[in-house]
Amino acid sequence: MTAVDRFPPLPDADMALVAALRDGLPLSHRPYADLGARVGMSEAEVLSRLSALAEAGIIRRFGAIVRHHEAGYRANAMVVLDVPDERVAEVGRTLGGEKAVTLCYRRVRAPGRWPYNLYAMVHGRDRAVVTAEVREMLARLGLARLPHDILFSTHRYKQTGGRYGRARGEA
Amino acid sequence: MDTSDLKARLLEVAQRDFPLTPRPYKTLADRLGVAEDAVITAFREMTLDDELISRIGAVYRTGTVGASCLAALAVPENSLEKTAEFVGTFPEVNHNYRRDHPHWTLWFVVTAPDTAGRDAVLDRVEAETGLPLLRLPMVEAYHLDLGFPLR
Repeated sequence: MTAVDRFPPLPDADMALVAALRDGLPLSHRPYADLGARVGMSEAEVLSRLSALAEAGIIRRFGAIVRHHEAGYRANAMVVLDVPDERVAEVGRTLGGEKAVTLCYRRVRAPGRWPYNLYAMVHGRDRAVVTAEVREMLARLGLARLPHDILFSTHRYKQTGGRYGRARGEA
Repeated sequence: MDTSDLKARLLEVAQRDFPLTPRPYKTLADRLGVAEDAVITAFREMTLDDELISRIGAVYRTGTVGASCLAALAVPENSLEKTAEFVGTFPEVNHNYRRDHPHWTLWFVVTAPDTAGRDAVLDRVEAETGLPLLRLPMVEAYHLDLGFPLR
């Protein structure tokens, strides 16, 4: 479980490294040395800072970031629920522990326009299968009576603003 | 091992705990019994040609690096393409998706170094499209992203 907005800012050197890593680790023989050259760090420093950030849990995962759509996961469902505030943490932990759920977040509501405060992402290869899976899961967990909706993505638009902002984690 | 086997094996072993060694592609190559250059070529193809992976990089604990916000725009069907293209021109925007909802049709994430930068982008999108915008920042995360099983 992770609460947001409670962390001190990272040191400038780490932020520079994070920024340099946004476009991805270079595909070269000494990628950490090449990354370091952009931010004035040695290869050894880059490796030790990345290890430290992973150790501290600031980097949760380091590796190949898969585009699920191209990987065959074409049915990408965003399940949204309106959960009473006093229950949302408990329900969030339960849903987040489900095998089918890849991401689970609490978000602010937009009163009058968007009532939902809990989000669970479920990916699969087939829309009907994912829908059945979500229905079964909500029924089994006793959540089917809560107001909810399932929004499938139907198209991913290409990024045209340069590589700087490409899919770098979740929000 | 042929190219598609190598790519499948790399996606199995390299989605988490990517080697923090001076020559990480060689570390992976040694583990799989192939040449370092074959690994680099496979990653290059998966990134640039197949668009199977977006990059090799880090997923950060929420709230530690930069400020982000999920947003949804109520875009009429006939201007979806144009609006999506405009939203996609901001370097701070990623995960720009159309979703099947009767009203909130365009969903995207804005990430900037701080909340002021993030909100400035959302303000511009709202002002320049003139469309209703939902701002849905995260409050809490309940699941760790462990990558995708690909088999």
